[in-house]
Amino acid sequence: MKKLSLIVAGVAALTAASAVQAGTLEDVRAKGFIQCGVSQGLPGFSNPDDSGNWTGLDVDMCRAVAAAVFGDASAVKYSPLSAKQRFTALSSGEIDILSRNTTWTMTRDTQLGLNFAGVNYYDGQGMMVPTALGVSAATELDGANICTNTGTTTELNITDFFRANGMSFNLVAFEKADEVVAAYDAGRCDVYTTDRSGLAAQRGKLTNPDAHVVLPEIISKEPLGPVVRQGDDVWFNIVRWSLNAMINAEEMGITSDNVNKLTFNEKTPAEARFIGTEGTFGKELGLADDWAYQIISQVGNYGESYEAHVGPNTPLKLDRGVNALWSQGGILYAAPIR
Amino acid sequence: MSRTSSFIYDRQIRGIIFQMFLVFGLLLGAWWLGNNTLINLAEQGKSLGFNFLEQTSGFQISSTLGTWAMEYNVGTSTYLDVYFIGIINTFLVAALGIIAATFLGFALGIMRLSQNMVVKGFATVYVEVLRNVPLLLQLFFWYFAVLRALPSRRGQVEIFEGAAGINITGLYLPAPIAQSGAGVLGLAFILFVGIAIWLKRWAKKRQYETGQIFPAFWVGLGLIVFGTSLVYLLMGQPIDWSFPVFKDTGPALRRGFQIGDGMVIVPEFIAVWLALSLYTAAFIAEIVRAGILAVSKGQTEASYSLGLRPGVTLRLVIIPQALRVIIPPLTSQYLNLTKNSSLAVAIAYPELVSIFAGTALNQVGKEIEMIAMMMSVYLTFSLLTSAFMNWFNARVKLVDR
Repeated sequence: MKKLSLIVAGVAALTAASAVQAGTLEDVRAKGFIQCGVSQGLPGFSNPDDSGNWTGLDVDMCRAVAAAVFGDASAVKYSPLSAKQRFTALSSGEIDILSRNTTWTMTRDTQLGLNFAGVNYYDGQGMMVPTALGVSAATELDGANICTNTGTTTELNITDFFRANGMSFNLVAFEKADEVVAAYDAGRCDVYTTDRSGLAAQRGKLTNPDAHVVLPEIISKEPLGPVVRQGDDVWFNIVRWSLNAMINAEEMGITSDNVNKLTFNEKTPAEARFIGTEGTFGKELGLADDWAYQIISQVGNYGESYEAHVGPNTPLKLDRGVNALWSQGGILYAAPIR
Repeated sequence: MSRTSSFIYDRQIRGIIFQMFLVFGLLLGAWWLGNNTLINLAEQGKSLGFNFLEQTSGFQISSTLGTWAMEYNVGTSTYLDVYFIGIINTFLVAALGIIAATFLGFALGIMRLSQNMVVKGFATVYVEVLRNVPLLLQLFFWYFAVLRALPSRRGQVEIFEGAAGINITGLYLPAPIAQSGAGVLGLAFILFVGIAIWLKRWAKKRQYETGQIFPAFWVGLGLIVFGTSLVYLLMGQPIDWSFPVFKDTGPALRRGFQIGDGMVIVPEFIAVWLALSLYTAAFIAEIVRAGILAVSKGQTEASYSLGLRPGVTLRLVIIPQALRVIIPPLTSQYLNLTKNSSLAVAIAYPELVSIFAGTALNQVGKEIEMIAMMMSVYLTFSLLTSAFMNWFNARVKLVDR
């Protein structure tokens, strides 16, 4: 009879486990941290520093969500993923949020069962070639060998571009970004193509970064942003509004330095709503009312994050460009908190 | 004791009851897995189905045997074509890897038993080093070593002037283009091979009966080579050759080998093939050595006392007996090699895991269907290899007389 009871117990355990795909928020609360899918090392976006801590614009997205949920931006564990693994990791529940310079496309939004919670970097695909080739425009690249990552929109865009221009090419697609860089550096390919921010980030890994030039053409729109599983609106809202809070904070002039003063100084109604002393915006999200305050005090606003990781004072030297606030000539525009 | 309790204490009936519980439990488990999957898929707004195979794929694939055989063309080719390209490329590297690993492994295995210390030492070092370094590292080593060792795209090492050359973008060889009459040539080749095999059998039979030796191997080889060449000339040379074209003038980007002339073997393929063959050869060498050592020393002594020379002894007395020990573990090595070929994804060789379970999967997101399709390919390859090797094993195993 012992065996029988074992079987019965096993069956009971199985049926109980089928409720595992419940709300991500409860799951995250229960385990006490957020599992965040990041790249395998893209400087400026998600990259481990000398002491092994992950930093970058995409990492800050996960830290912001952790600050909103737990009031502790460090309650994040990172899963470095290749472009090829990332969506499977998310759909299978291995990670709670994918913040890995991922392009928002219609296929991914619909067919792949994902939801993009917003855009934290507006990018476009570019091409880098050795200066020695003497190429000045992408339309001169007929017959080129091109290196890129497998499982990306990059592969599709470059194919579209060459088809549209009636040019032939050979594509060599690697799984990891480091291998693409190494192969391009060895001369396997004439062209290295990925998002322009990626080109800026990976350039430093080349033997001679100055011997390469990024061509002027931007051949695609690449809105990059955090991704969650479809069908969990509570979690989706938390991620979306964590991003919105960072962008709104920059617009309202709230920074990690002055957010503390706001708590006892006089404040406008909008500021009061933001830091949670007025209204119940946090509760409606399923969080504490000071969720936005926690994000800004621990992670900073979008502008601070940008300047720290990818801005002109970093090795990437990326100007704000379209990623500036709408009020400053860019297209960054977050829905208001009210 | 009542009738029911004797029922329970009956070993056979109790056995059946437990079996039924087990089957029921397994079915329940399978149902739970399936049901849970469907619920979770529905939650994410996904469904099961193979319709995606008819969609056209929008990405370029590095030119290899697969893209050539399936006439891959972005915009018209479908995901099903991508699947077949993956299968062909995986099969190609596995098949060529198995052949190379077998020859090299046998040679090394015999070398390890040599009396010559240099030969023996080389084989020992080879086996110990190659066996103990992870395959992925070896793959990187070969790929990046191959790349760094070769001249850049604008240069080349000519192997045969105007006909074959190598540089960082690949090994360029003349490509055969079949003209009318090429079919006859193919048939003639098969015919000559058939005659050669028949000759070998006839020679063996005659040797059994009369003791006379006929050099069937060399005669057969000569027949195949000269016979096929003769037919080739008679048919008016029905195969045209497309030679690779190398330009070293004009704009910098256009210099080097031209796309569309001759045939190219990409460095990714060379690296995967080298790594798989050399790595597996180390294991095969050990299997061969063990097999030979398993043959009793008395067999060698008996053979020598009959006056057979060492080479003949090895070929006709030792190896046939060693084979029955060698073949079963050799089969596992072949299976390993085939499955290890999936590591090629790391260095951009477009095999099944890379382009189908990688690129294509990321575009259509049908994880369950696509992984199942991929697994079925490896399963089929493995079962076919096993079936062939079992057949071969049955042929060579010791016949009890």
